[in-house]
Formats: sequence, structure tokens, C-alpha cells
Amino acid sequence: MKQSRYKYSALKLLKHGLTHGDWPRMWSSNELNSSYDVIIIGGGVHGLATAYYLAQNHGITNVAVLDKGYLGGGGSGRNTAIVRSNYLTPEGVAFYDRSLTLYNEMAHDLNLNVMFSRRGHLTLAHTDSALRTMHWRAEVNKLQGIDSSVIDPSEVKKEAPSLDVSSNTRYPILGALFHPPGGIIRHDAVVWGYARAADHLGVHLHQQTEVLDILCEGGEQSNGKGPGGKVTGVRTNKGDISAPIVVNCTAGWSSLISNMVGVDLPITTHPLQAAVTEPCKTFLPTVVVSGSLHVYVSQTDRGELVFGASVDPVGTYRINGTLEFTEELAGHVLELMPGIAEMRLLRQWAGLCDMTPDYSPVMGFTSVEGFLVDVGWGTYGFKAGPVSGETMAETIATGKTAELIQSFNIERFSTGDLVGEKGAAAVGH
Amino acid sequence: MIVVPCPNCGPRSSSDLRNCGEVVDRPNPKNATIEEWRSYLYLRENLASWVKETWYCRTGCRKYFTIERNTATNEIRGQ
Ligand SMILES: Cc1cc2nc3c(=O)[nH]c(=O)nc-3n(C[C@H](O)[C@H](O)[C@H](O)COP(=O)(O)OP(=O)(O)OC[C@H]3O[C@@H](n4cnc5c(N)ncnc54)[C@H](O)[C@@H]3O)c2cc1C
Ligand SMILES: [Zn+2]
Repeated sequence: MKQSRYKYSALKLLKHGLTHGDWPRMWSSNELNSSYDVIIIGGGVHGLATAYYLAQNHGITNVAVLDKGYLGGGGSGRNTAIVRSNYLTPEGVAFYDRSLTLYNEMAHDLNLNVMFSRRGHLTLAHTDSALRTMHWRAEVNKLQGIDSSVIDPSEVKKEAPSLDVSSNTRYPILGALFHPPGGIIRHDAVVWGYARAADHLGVHLHQQTEVLDILCEGGEQSNGKGPGGKVTGVRTNKGDISAPIVVNCTAGWSSLISNMVGVDLPITTHPLQAAVTEPCKTFLPTVVVSGSLHVYVSQTDRGELVFGASVDPVGTYRINGTLEFTEELAGHVLELMPGIAEMRLLRQWAGLCDMTPDYSPVMGFTSVEGFLVDVGWGTYGFKAGPVSGETMAETIATGKTAELIQSFNIERFSTGDLVGEKGAAAVGH
Repeated sequence: MIVVPCPNCGPRSSSDLRNCGEVVDRPNPKNATIEEWRSYLYLRENLASWVKETWYCRTGCRKYFTIERNTATNEIRGQ
């Protein structure tokens, strides 16, 4: 059921600015139906994109997205918004590059300014082995037509003049992998854009709706769950809903959801922290990542510096900031940019990440009929939102695993065909 | 900060130790299939509640030990 959508434009902005008129709500609220064709658990970028592409590309609109909190309250509203496609494996490169293409067209497709800034992405090498991995990545990237190359310290200095590229630092910069199409995007706008567009096509978005259990029958466990069975619906805090297809898009919480059907995942949940400084004059034109120093930084359009690192070493579902993180972060950032020593941190926060052993996602069908997963997004899943939605929707609609995600199947953990992406995803999100 | 009680060294900051994750039963090497080994290696329950887990006293006595930690709150209870 299509509703007419309020179209955003420069003219509307001017009108609302002059009249101080209210903007219409971005999406509607609906009654919870007793059944849907597809239930998607998790209202982050992955769940919302899957719902949108189901409706837009396949005409499947009897779909509900359920979130226990608010849309974008998970990793999708907490990430540092870096997008790039200079991965290490051919499968990874093809997949993430399709996402960049979709991001590039998104503002137009969703009629919302997502502020995509393709400002270039630098991954610094401070050791010979890191430099070797950069060369490896550059060659894999070039073969697939991705703009990606290794540059020397003097060229690094040209791209990011504030970096200390001298040789008398503790970890001198030996070179960098330079990826001009990478950049940052406004993550909230992406979430809202997909939510608004999906709602407009008839998808129901239910916030404050927590999945407490998944109803199954025929499985090998005594309660009907486990391999060989099939899903029949979900139990929520607002009642039971039946559905033949249930999709797990809950990232950091995905093991808890999969445990409800008896599908084991190769996932552990770790917090990832980030921090932002007070705004200052813009001086950092690119995104800068340093694997050896476990830190990355970019500057927002408002002038704040956004920092991130690698995940906290202890797995936990408790989301809080730690002093260890801030201390280590400050030390490492100053190693790269001594000039920002006087800047003050404004905020620090954390989100949950679903880490897999090979730093690649787990996507597609499982041993329980009707239960699909789109999980294992670790610290790098924001950039994958659009392509994941597109391929998961295709997989659901056609009943066949979309080509781009075939190597991310769950069986690889019993066959041993892992997709080792650590060299490109451990720190540089 | 999570304070972890090492049986030898007493309470230590978790950053002095290494968290080795939940305790998983090791298959019998005499008759385990490859799939069983791989499950042991990769698959985890990853619960948000009390979990029995292994720690390594990296910077102290270098012993491995198990404790119970609630992964939703990070509370720890005795070995
Ligand atoms: C600090 C930080 C920085 C990051 N930086 C980057 C980056 O620069 N680039 C990048 O590509 N990625 C980055 N990531 C990773 C990225 O944010 C995630 O991989 C991505 O957002 C996952 O999206 P999602 O839609 O799968 O899950 P989420 O956005 O986490 O959404 C999952 C949703 O599931 C809901 N849910 C959970 N349990 C239930 C239940 N029982 N019932 C109903 N709903 C439930 C939650 O409320 C949540 O809203 C970063 C992550 C963090 C934490
Ligand atoms: Zn000890």
C-alpha cells in the first residue's frame, strides 16, 4: 500500500525556514498485525535496508521490522561512518564496492541528503609487514578496478599535511594505502532514509518491540527447535506474530536471537568505543587509519575530530566507556598528530560488535527453514548496509543465495572455507 | 575497569590478563570428526548472563584459570 511521500527539496527547506512550519513525520506508526510474510529483527541499517529492497525491488511489502529500542539505536547510530571498498579478499572487495555504488546513488534514490563525502581514505603502514599487506590489498583492489594504491611518506604528507611523517617518531610512517573513493557519510540520515522509504512502500516499523522467543517446529531438539526444523513466528513483548520467514539483523545481539532457534553462530560480542573532540578549524582532508597504532581519525563538516580504535579485548554486552580507551587513544593519536595536544574531548561512547573469527560476515540461509541471518558485522558493517539489504532481499525473494554473498555462508565454519579479511578489517573500519 | 581475581596473584585489572572466552568442551581427539573440531574452534553460545570462562594471567603468574562472569553486567563470582 503506497502512501504519498512528502518530497524534500531546497524549496521546501526555504519554505519551512521562513514559516517555521512543522515537518511531517518521517514514518508512520502502525498496529502490530498477527502475521507478516517476513519479519526482520533489528531496526539498524541492515534490517531497514533489507525491508526497503524487499519492497522496492521485489514488491514484497507485507513486512515488519521489529526493534526492542529505537531505529538506529544499535551500531547503526553509534558508528564512525567510514565507508570504503579496499578490502583484502576478492569476495570482500566486490561486495563492499557494490555498497559504495549504492551509497553514491542513495541521496537521489531515497530523496534525503545523506551527506556522502568521498574525501579519500589513508591506511598508514608503520612496519614492513604492514606495508606488504598494503601492497597485497592494492593489487587485489586494482584487479577489480578499485582506485587503490600504495603511496610514500611524502605523498602521505600531501594528502594529510598535519601528519608527522618524519623518521624520528616511535612508529615512523613508511607509506600508506590510498583509496580516494572512501569517505564518510551521515549514518543517522542513512537509517532514517531507509526507514522512511520502506514505510512509504508499506513496510511496518515497530519500535519498542522486543523479540523474546522465536517459535519453531520440527527441529531436532525436544522443543522443536534446532536444525531440520522451521520457524513459524516470533513471541514479542506485544504478543505473538506468525511468519514463515524471520531474518536476524541484530548485530551485537545476534547470538541471543540465533540461540532462540538453536542455530549456533561463530560470534562473540565486544564493545567498540569512539570519541569526538570539540570543533576546530578544518585541517584534515582525508580519513586516516593506523593499524599498528590501533586508531583512526576523521574530521566532520562541523570540525570535530572523530576517533575510533579496535574493539575492547574483553567480550561483554555491557556498553560503557572506559578510561583505558581514552588514555591509549590520546597517546596514539598524539603520536600521529602532535599538533592537537591541546584539544579537548567532548564525548565518548560505545556500541556492540558481533565479531567473527575471519572478520567476514555470516549471511543467508541456515539449518532451520525460514530463519536467515545477516550478522557478523563486527566493526565494519555500516558500510555494508546497502549491499546487504539488496542481497538479503534477493535471497529471500528468490529462495536462492545472491551471488555476492555466497562465500559468506554459515557452512564455511564447518567446511573450513574461511574468508580471511583480518588484514583489511581489524582496525580500519 | 573489570577486576579479575587471579587465584595466585589476587585481584588484577582485566588489562593485565587475557580473556580467553567461554569454556567450550573439547572433543575427544580419538574419535572427533573434523566438523566437531571446527565447532569447538569457532562456535560460541555468547550468552548475555552468567558464563564460565577462561582467563590467562598474562603479566603475573602466567597460569590459566576459570571464573564465572555475568556478561550483561561484568559482575564476577568465585571460582
Ligand atoms: C563505535 C563504532 C564505530 C563503528 N565504525 C564503523 C565505521 O566507521 N564503518 C563501518 O562500516 N562500520 C562501523 N561500525 C560497525 C557498524 O556500526 C555495525 O556493523 C552496523 O551498524 C551493524 O548494523 P546492523 O543494522 O546490523 O545492527 P545494529 O545497528 O546494531 O542494529 C541491531 C538492532 O537490533 C535490535 N535488537 C537487538 N535485540 C533485539 C530483540 N531481541 N528484539 C528486537 N530488536 C532487537 C537493537 O535494538 C538494534 O537496534 C562501528 C561500530 C561501532 C560500535
Ligand atoms: Zn596470576
